[in-house]
Amino acid sequence: MLTKRIIPCLDIKDGRVVKGINFVNLRDAGDPVETASAYDRAGADELVFLDITASSDAREIKADLVRKISEAIFIPFTVGGGIRTIDDFKVILREGADKVAVNSAAIMDPDLIARAADKFGSQCVVVAIDAKRRPDGKGWNIFKNGGRIDMGIDAVEWAEKAYRLGAGEILLTSMDCDGTKDGYDMELTRTISERVGIPVIASGGAGKKEHFRDVLTDGKADAALAATLFHYKELEISDLKKYLSDEGIPVRI
Amino acid sequence: MIAIVDYGAGNIRSVEKAFRFISEETTVTSDEKTILSAEKVVLPGVGAFGDAMQKLNESGLTGTIKKVVEKGTPFFGICLGLQLLFEGSDEAPGVPGLGLIKGYIHRFPDTPGFKIPEIGWNSLKITPGTKLFKGIEDGAFVYFVHSYYLNTPEPVVAAKCNYILDFHAAVEKDNIFACQFHPEKSGSVGLEILKNFAAV
Repeated sequence: MLTKRIIPCLDIKDGRVVKGINFVNLRDAGDPVETASAYDRAGADELVFLDITASSDAREIKADLVRKISEAIFIPFTVGGGIRTIDDFKVILREGADKVAVNSAAIMDPDLIARAADKFGSQCVVVAIDAKRRPDGKGWNIFKNGGRIDMGIDAVEWAEKAYRLGAGEILLTSMDCDGTKDGYDMELTRTISERVGIPVIASGGAGKKEHFRDVLTDGKADAALAATLFHYKELEISDLKKYLSDEGIPVRI
Repeated sequence: MIAIVDYGAGNIRSVEKAFRFISEETTVTSDEKTILSAEKVVLPGVGAFGDAMQKLNESGLTGTIKKVVEKGTPFFGICLGLQLLFEGSDEAPGVPGLGLIKGYIHRFPDTPGFKIPEIGWNSLKITPGTKLFKGIEDGAFVYFVHSYYLNTPEPVVAAKCNYILDFHAAVEKDNIFACQFHPEKSGSVGLEILKNFAAV
């Protein structure tokens, strides 16, 4: 049976993990490769690296990072952050990443999704969406530039469009829930998951095991992503997976 | 030395890196001499069936692959590399595959509640006594990314899997080995499978 995926997300800047990592026995907790290895051993099904390096040689730094990770980690991983062109996709995939996440650039140029899917296959095109509930409470808008700019575009419609253009997966972050630890946005996740024929990765709001159970069942998510919860060891992936399995959710143990 | 056949398809580097990680010497090549003299040959691949067959035919690699298999060299098809070994695919009707084993590649039927492609970890039902899965427990999880699946009438199935329906996830026939999933992305189980192939 196909299992639901648990995905830690690592924020990277200038080749280093930004947020704290509380793994014991790591020689260097800021080293993305060591951290990724530790997550692999801990039972993560996949990894997402969000590279927020902004320097002029960001592309080289990113390529170098991807190369090092792919030489040491043999589970699937996605790289996102500042992806703008087909060439960016090419470099990252060539260096060994399995998928590339694109956000703002796809909003500005939706056809980038189609071009990337056509050239590299849908399976490696992840469209990341930052969504926030509209003030009137009816529906959600998408934001670009790391959640700074409201595009005035409906999130559900954008997800459907991304799907139709050839996206292979949606990485859906609820800006309302992100950082709250009060749980994923169930309504947003369910609404989008029911409207697209591709997997949806829920992100933003995980605070305890029950939140994962809820979003992977009622929320209809195919995978659940979290960052700080895993980094600060507030929740062990092995404990989480055992809990989910006991709750009748198929997971890889 | 393991020759990894380069025909312009994706994920070749990932396969190469995984073999290197388990200390196997590899070369990525499209040269007939190199392939024919290799101890083992791997046909990787991510992409479309029709496009891949066209590339193999145009580059002459179709003949090279048939020769090296005929010669008895252990041969391992991965993902699209498995699909190409069979007679044809729903993905490219009318395009003949390599036809080294009888069987056809079908598209998963659209089914409510199931997304296509199948992306993620699924468990294998392993045929006892196979070389590829030596030392690997029945029910082991491996990583899949595919919209098409194999159905073969030949008694060559080394592992089955279920998504929407039962399908054939790995085969072994004489010196030919192949799997639909990605051993190079299946963590420790996947590395074990690559080691088993390297030890054939």
